[in-house]
Amino acid sequence: MTHKDYSHNTKIATLKASSSLNKGYMVFLIPGVLLFLLIIVFPLLANIGLSFTKWSGVGTPVWVGFTNYMKAIRDSYFLTSFKNALLLVITVTTIPTLIGLLLAGFIFEYILDKFGRGIAIFFRVGFYLPQIVPIVVVGIVWRWMLQPNWGVLNWSLKAVGLDTLTRSWLGDTSTALPSIMMMMIWFQIGYPLVIFIAALQRIDPVVYDAADLDGASRLQRYFYITIPLIRPEIFVVVLTTIIYTLKTFAQVYVTTKGGPGRATIVPSYFSYQNFFIRSRVGYGATITTVLTIIIGLVAIGFIRMQIKQEQEG
Amino acid sequence: MLFPFALITNNSFKTETEYYANGPYSLFKSLNLDTLKKVWNLMDYSIKLRNSIVISMSVALLAIVISLSTAFALGIGKVKGKSFFIMFFLLAFVLPQEVLVFPLYHLSKLVGLYNTRLSVIIIISVLYSSFGTYFLSSIFSAFSRELIEAAEIDGCNKLQLLFRIIVPLSMPSLSILFVFFFIWSWNEFFIPLVFLVSNDNQTITIAMAMAQGQHGATLTLQSAAALLGVIPCIIFFVLFQRTLTKGITLGSIK
Repeated sequence: MTHKDYSHNTKIATLKASSSLNKGYMVFLIPGVLLFLLIIVFPLLANIGLSFTKWSGVGTPVWVGFTNYMKAIRDSYFLTSFKNALLLVITVTTIPTLIGLLLAGFIFEYILDKFGRGIAIFFRVGFYLPQIVPIVVVGIVWRWMLQPNWGVLNWSLKAVGLDTLTRSWLGDTSTALPSIMMMMIWFQIGYPLVIFIAALQRIDPVVYDAADLDGASRLQRYFYITIPLIRPEIFVVVLTTIIYTLKTFAQVYVTTKGGPGRATIVPSYFSYQNFFIRSRVGYGATITTVLTIIIGLVAIGFIRMQIKQEQEG
Repeated sequence: MLFPFALITNNSFKTETEYYANGPYSLFKSLNLDTLKKVWNLMDYSIKLRNSIVISMSVALLAIVISLSTAFALGIGKVKGKSFFIMFFLLAFVLPQEVLVFPLYHLSKLVGLYNTRLSVIIIISVLYSSFGTYFLSSIFSAFSRELIEAAEIDGCNKLQLLFRIIVPLSMPSLSILFVFFFIWSWNEFFIPLVFLVSNDNQTITIAMAMAQGQHGATLTLQSAAALLGVIPCIIFFVLFQRTLTKGITLGSIK
């Protein structure tokens, strides 16, 4: 037997062996799957089950069918919590994404050319920094700035003679939610910016040649060529921000606790109140189930688009 | 963007009278560390720092171990139902923690893990490893089949294949995961808030949220507290800057 034949035979043998050996991998799936069943699947199903019960957290839950859901659609707190979440989703998704698009273009096309890499990186880092600070700390910083009597914002307004504008920003029904929006927008800008700058770096400059020949300005080039090219990234940013914003909890917990009244109530915080403060576990479970369905639908839409993009790309 | 950070730094060094006399914008007169020291002691900062480090390190390591094992089966082993599992893990990761929290809270009380750092470590690790599995599976799928077959010809068993070949080859991806898991768990708020109720096992984020009431209205104490919350993150940022930039798009899902 020649050497060549020998290696050929071994290859066939190993191919057979490896296909049978493929089963040996199942063992590695077991710990993960068991932990997922225990920590994710079982609690999720239990929570859905609890949403059909009345339960204070001790004793036995009482089956009440759809009562909690019927109650929810007439409960103004429940409705306001989702309305506030929607307002947050709209503002916190669109504004940072738009600012991110403009800033990314500005940094990539202008700062990088005029001032060099160092300054461009400084800008990117500066905008991204809030993203790695715990949202709780961000909340404390903003609460401190918005403090009614001696806070930075009111102090500044007084200093320039705009005393009439000073107010308790987080304590006033009309300004509490917009204040939280401002804080979340400030926190969020770095995320689209960094993703978009990375996207701009992957674009091959060759695509600009035709536009340059036609005498398009840099601004035109950015809006008509670059932005359509980075659509996949814009899509990722928008959907992930929607999901992130629907989960808003800490931002409200450290600043307003849902108040004043129900001005800043959001689904996560409302469910927390029902679970752990008011001992209405069934109702808390109902709120979280509804929230999960909404997030699930957004996520499924996201995954489907991802798959579509992968197939096209 | 950096303005709020500059403000809290500036005002953490002031005395109360200095703040109320000259306002938030005047530069601090001397590097007065009394306010910071006071907050440090009020918050038991050293204990919280230790807890945050213990929890974040354990979560990052445990989540990577779970992800490695599952992703090894899915990405290298290509076991049956692979795409179902990957879809499932991705969906699991975007679930709001609120929908799992009450059953988990009840369960932790039943098994005596309520109010322990271990309960938080296990829950967060499993949540993160759903993302880790998704991420590593796609990387492992791209590994050359010949390499894996060659290893098997050499008589490598599955464990050896995982630890001698796959792990060393995927070190860059593992380090990105480690950094992100560490920072994510450092910033985690909801689960620790529910599961850690005693002072000696709480993390920095929880201590921050709890402390606001205790410090009352003195603005210098509040800014010092915020500064103590920001400092560790600046340190991580400097330490991990390279890895963070490399994996920046990874954060997109969180």
